[in-house]
Amino acid sequence: MLTLTDVHAHYGKSHVLHGVSLHVGPGEVVAILGRNGVGKSTTLKTILGLVRASAGRVVFEGRDVTAAPAHRVARMGIGYVPEDRRIFRLLSVHENLRTGLDRPGVAPERRERLLEKVYRHFPVLRERRSQTGGTLSGGEQQMLAIARAMMLEPKIILLDEPTEGLMPRMVAQIREIIDVLRAEGVAILLVEQNVPLTLEVSERVYVMEKGTVRHEAPAAALRQDDAVIHQYLGI
Amino acid sequence: MVDLLLVQIVNGIVSGLILALVASGLTLIFGIMDVVNFAHGELFMLGAYVGTTIVVTTGSFWLALVGACLAIALLGAVIQVLALRPLLGRDPLTTILATFGLSLVLQNYALWQYGPVARKIPEPFTGQFPLFHLQYPWYRIIIAVLSAAIIGGLWLFLKYGKYGIWIRATTQDRVMAAAMGIPVPWVHTGVFAIGAAMAAASGVLFGPLVGVNHAMGLDVILRAFIVVVVGGMGNLGGSILAAIFISLLEAIASLLVSPAQAVIVSFVVLILTLLFRPTGLFVPTPK
Repeated sequence: MLTLTDVHAHYGKSHVLHGVSLHVGPGEVVAILGRNGVGKSTTLKTILGLVRASAGRVVFEGRDVTAAPAHRVARMGIGYVPEDRRIFRLLSVHENLRTGLDRPGVAPERRERLLEKVYRHFPVLRERRSQTGGTLSGGEQQMLAIARAMMLEPKIILLDEPTEGLMPRMVAQIREIIDVLRAEGVAILLVEQNVPLTLEVSERVYVMEKGTVRHEAPAAALRQDDAVIHQYLGI
Repeated sequence: MVDLLLVQIVNGIVSGLILALVASGLTLIFGIMDVVNFAHGELFMLGAYVGTTIVVTTGSFWLALVGACLAIALLGAVIQVLALRPLLGRDPLTTILATFGLSLVLQNYALWQYGPVARKIPEPFTGQFPLFHLQYPWYRIIIAVLSAAIIGGLWLFLKYGKYGIWIRATTQDRVMAAAMGIPVPWVHTGVFAIGAAMAAASGVLFGPLVGVNHAMGLDVILRAFIVVVVGGMGNLGGSILAAIFISLLEAIASLLVSPAQAVIVSFVVLILTLLFRPTGLFVPTPK
């Protein structure tokens, strides 16, 4: 469904991605592991077109989206939950959700259904629907960021370090949400530092180093054999 | 003395609201794309000229108001797409140069097209009502009400309209807005067009008071910039309050000194704001 072939990317003059190739199938949960600064987040940004690929191809559902503007890629069905959550701090919770709902071709009943669905999954967001995004706690902001991405009815969600800086109770909740998304058939490309959680929720894992994919394995295999984990992540 | 003061307060509010109309377009554009639009005064001036042309051909002031807004909105959209979109994300200095260049081009275009003699837009209402010792023109009250209505409409649109949410989201985080499927380049174009239309509206409304000439934008844009800085760059509510505040101060000061000297008041406010509260007078203190 989503395929990256030998993708390169630059920030100004620095060459960040040195030929990343990876693949995510429909409904699959795939993780990217790696130390800080190996290009995991940049890979996600390049998929969406927030960072331009300088070489290589990004193909989503058979369409080449390498050069497409980010808003068009998002509307094709790629949800993005960035590392720093990037909630619209001055918009209310409800308005944050509306940013993804107010697109052409969404009938009122479907809007209601979508809103109802996320409010069911995230009751705390319903309680805080008229509060501004900036007043939410870190965990609530993370939920809002995921809920907001769900408004696009994505076929795949790019999750960048969703548990970073959260309390254990919140981490458990994020885990549940990942399970909910999987049950709905939404594919997930997950970037995480939390290795145990990653191995638990994902089906396949790519290990990145220095801007390229060094290793690919089923999560089950890595759970058994932590030599790879040790080698690339130093734990 | 009290009656003089009250008349000046009415005058201050009236000119404050016109100024607020120009300044809100300016601050909206700055807020969303970090572009300091030096051509804003020329959009105001061209709006007034388009207004004169329509008044002469159709005889209708209201048609002129609407027509000028539409024409200048279109011009604004074209300017944004051709001159500013390619500069997005570059050093703000490049957009300042671009819009300053545009302002010179537009000004000289107006001089070439319409000539150096000032034109006049006739007032749609010539009636007056007694206000203490003088006859106060109804038209000034109408301008104030219309300006307030346009600003109020903008506010409602930003708050409740579908595209209003797009504008507010893009103003806060351009990248995340794009990731939510909001067509950011077109939101920028749309906002520039709205800002241009507001400038044109003020040009037409202001036309009957001062006469239309190719340099009329200069004075207005200077005042609008002061207002935008005092109100807090990119802060719509702040700009509106600052416009009324500064115009009131000037109006009251002109009771004590000559009107030309009263202009100094706005610079004093500007300097004090920059010294003591550089983020703007009417923004909440950042935590």
